[in-house]
Amino acid sequence: MLMKLTGGKIYDPAHGIDGEVRDIYVRDGRIVERPTDVKFDQEIDVRGKVVMAGAIDMHTHIGGGKVNIARTMLPEDHAADVVARTELMRSGCGHAAPSTLTAGYRYAEMGYTAGFEPAILPINARQAHMEMHDTPIIDKGGYVMLGSDDFLLRMMAANNDQEAINNYVAWTMNHSHAIGVKVVNPGGINAFKFNQRKLDLDEKNHYYGVTPREILLRLARAVKELGVPHPLHVHGCNLGVPGNLDTTINTMEGIEGLPMHMTHIQFHSYGTEGDFKFSSGSAQIAEQINKHKNITVDVGQILFGQTVTASGDNMRQHAAHPHAHPNKWVCMDIECDAGCGVLPFKYKDQSYVNALQWMIGLETFLMVDDPWRVFLTTDHPNGAPFTSYPHLIKLLMDKTFRNDVLSQLHPEAQKASHLASLDREYTLYEIAIMTRAGAAKLVGLADRGHLGVGGAADITVYTDNPDREKMFTTPDYVFKDGNMVVKDGHLIDVTWGTTHVVKPNYDISIEKQLKPYFDRYHTQKMGNFKISDDEISDDGRGSITVQPLLLGAKYDY
Amino acid sequence: MTEMTEPGIWQEVPSPFCGIASDDLVIKVDGNDVTILENGDDITKAGFETAITDLSPRFNGRDVSLDEAVSHAAQLIRDAKQPVIGGLATDLNGCRAAMALADKSRATVDNMDSTATFRNLLVLQDTGWMTTTLTEVRNRVDVLLVVGTDIESDFPRFYERMVWNKESMFNQDIESRQVIYLGKTPSGDASTSPKGKKAQVLACDDADLPEVLSVLRALIKGKLIQAKQVGGLAVSDLEALAETLKQAKYSVVTWSAGNLDFDHAETSVQMICELVKDLNLKTRSSGLPLGGRDGAMTANQVSAWQSGYPMRTNFSRGFPDYDPYLSDSNRMLVNGEVDTLVWVSSFNVQRTPPQSLAKTIVIGRSGMTFEQEPEVFIPVGVPGIDHVGRTFRLDSVVSIPLRKLRDSGLPSTHDVLTAIENAL
Repeated sequence: MLMKLTGGKIYDPAHGIDGEVRDIYVRDGRIVERPTDVKFDQEIDVRGKVVMAGAIDMHTHIGGGKVNIARTMLPEDHAADVVARTELMRSGCGHAAPSTLTAGYRYAEMGYTAGFEPAILPINARQAHMEMHDTPIIDKGGYVMLGSDDFLLRMMAANNDQEAINNYVAWTMNHSHAIGVKVVNPGGINAFKFNQRKLDLDEKNHYYGVTPREILLRLARAVKELGVPHPLHVHGCNLGVPGNLDTTINTMEGIEGLPMHMTHIQFHSYGTEGDFKFSSGSAQIAEQINKHKNITVDVGQILFGQTVTASGDNMRQHAAHPHAHPNKWVCMDIECDAGCGVLPFKYKDQSYVNALQWMIGLETFLMVDDPWRVFLTTDHPNGAPFTSYPHLIKLLMDKTFRNDVLSQLHPEAQKASHLASLDREYTLYEIAIMTRAGAAKLVGLADRGHLGVGGAADITVYTDNPDREKMFTTPDYVFKDGNMVVKDGHLIDVTWGTTHVVKPNYDISIEKQLKPYFDRYHTQKMGNFKISDDEISDDGRGSITVQPLLLGAKYDY
Repeated sequence: MTEMTEPGIWQEVPSPFCGIASDDLVIKVDGNDVTILENGDDITKAGFETAITDLSPRFNGRDVSLDEAVSHAAQLIRDAKQPVIGGLATDLNGCRAAMALADKSRATVDNMDSTATFRNLLVLQDTGWMTTTLTEVRNRVDVLLVVGTDIESDFPRFYERMVWNKESMFNQDIESRQVIYLGKTPSGDASTSPKGKKAQVLACDDADLPEVLSVLRALIKGKLIQAKQVGGLAVSDLEALAETLKQAKYSVVTWSAGNLDFDHAETSVQMICELVKDLNLKTRSSGLPLGGRDGAMTANQVSAWQSGYPMRTNFSRGFPDYDPYLSDSNRMLVNGEVDTLVWVSSFNVQRTPPQSLAKTIVIGRSGMTFEQEPEVFIPVGVPGIDHVGRTFRLDSVVSIPLRKLRDSGLPSTHDVLTAIENAL
């Protein structure tokens, strides 16, 4: 099968291509050189159209226990967006906590071809993969959550060397089929089980005597030494707490230059100035990001309306429970492994705090200089459902539109922000960096997010419309691994994506510690905790793609 | 990992039957005969050791090939105006296939234990809860309050595995753990500590639990109670209980919704969950809903991620339409609203379809007997004995990988339901 996309304007930042007119050739799902044979099975005229790689959502809660709790507890939220079955598609529901099937279809219809679940509890990884397996079209993968698990904290309290911790991290990544490591409120979820209600960067866990700073250093070092391309993915301390910008800056400075991704930075960029004792810290945060080249961030933009927040951070979710809207919420302690908290939430444009959150997110986007180090997320669904991305792109690309929206928000919040004075408008090239090339590089996807020869033919074609929201809502074509899955914004074929993982090396001797630990303390055997490759391929429509480790990884057993 | 260590002997076998997913069973397989050698109990013995009888599907009582049975089942579903896929006691892929079939045939889905499960789900959807999971209980519980439930009759190994384990990760003196029953009295000694300390029992009738729980919650919140007695219990005893819970560092309040078998028991579950939230303003406390036997959690989980809703969802309008009252399959069957019932029951031969006027297709574990022969019966294998699979245990967090232990030739529920869907 040979296909030619003729004459599109190509935005491929991985190769420095900024809107040049070129042809793209696809054979058997891959982008190839211009072939010598000129007989094409299919030629598609995309002259005048904008061509990018398929978009990649590097942080989206699409699968696993807390997402399914959110779905189960929100029948009223689904009611306005139930989705009927068609010849092609299964029925389901959308909005804040969509069904897996609908989520896959809608991501594809928006030109996205991959999404990564950022909070896979090791003990719940099997479920996360089951749900992602039932998410059509897009590729998927996830970051396994460590940092509040008792095994790691015991190792740290016992002063195990870095080598041992690296082994444990690699073992966990392999057997939970992860592509990255996430830490959520480092040590805080564990401390909450000992009835600690907050945990600052240098505050000790009462039982283990270990601090969040130490946990971050140990895990960031493990990820680096194992050669895992995705830097340690950090949901920091004190999420949502006014004044947390100091903690955030300390966290960046304290990581000793190791690669670190700070996620939904918007929720960690708050000061305490002004009458409301709540102010924007985005200028200071952006300055630090610009300064520290080892740091990447995604924003976690909030947008107004009803959504649900689903997080591993049950310490902070519990503290936030008075704000649940509607007033119902779940917090769980989980398996000496982690925890979770699920709170429905409504962001209101006439709330000072919510309006300022909206401004802080946008300020961050506009003040971080390097689009390779800032990523477009709403922390779906915590800041807003992923279906609002086209709206967010318009806010970034269209200053007039942005300031029009701004002018309708809580007036005191407008006075507390300098957003109106920021003139920057993102270019298509920069959007392609944030949502494609940069995201693929950050996650560690060698063959995605670009349009170079050898890359997977995940391609999105748009009509260049000055209304960027319209443009990014309904692509003309989306190709997944070379198959046309969307035409004129509508799904025309359902395929099943792969699961991206990395397999860092480890010394099997770690199991000499782990097996007795499971036997003595756990309620599942170590062997039954491990997820086999067969579980991922399952009924045959799943598959595993092992992405390369970074060159120079420390281990080669 | 579940593995065969010598011919016919399997180690670390997980149980999909018991709700707590014990996975330390040692099992002997000889041909089609399965025997638990170690760590069995009444529930898992029945689960693993029930013999295979039927190998052949039947149509109107007559042996037919699998293909014929599938084609008759498809015909009945095609002709149905209001089909229900009920029972739904099966593994992950069985549930996936059932959801796909329901979506295509515009059926209603429901699980055989929904009446109990919904006592919890209605609370989750109304006010939420704070809960914990089994390994946390095993390592942290200092006070276990058991509400209206006789744990050991339904969960025989709960105490052995979660309360009277040899050691805790946090050097807790296991013997110091307190067990307190509120409502039902324990039927045996499982709750007695290794050194013989018996559980404290504050006994009252189920009918009095709503009142007793509301007084307990009021006391936890520091409200003054004028009455001296409630539900036959001294308020002073409840005061002492409230104080014990407030002093505890990690209390766990547990109940089995199946045991709370009275009208509007969801309001009592809600009272439990709200008093746990109240305790968490100062100390730590968690709820632990027991249940999840025979794949009940699996059905609700798969339904929730594929449709957005748990059981009792109806696809007759082409999209998921959730109504815990209207789509209660028991109510629908009693009212004669169902013309075709697909009953899926691959774990327990005792769990046969309820009597009804509906034409009935049973996708059931081999060994089932019927008072009323269904139109179609297709005997299937058991997940975790006859084929691989996965199921969720009671906390909906941990799921277990199930292995194929014998080669009976019985098809899986997934294969049968998928064949029916393809034949529609």
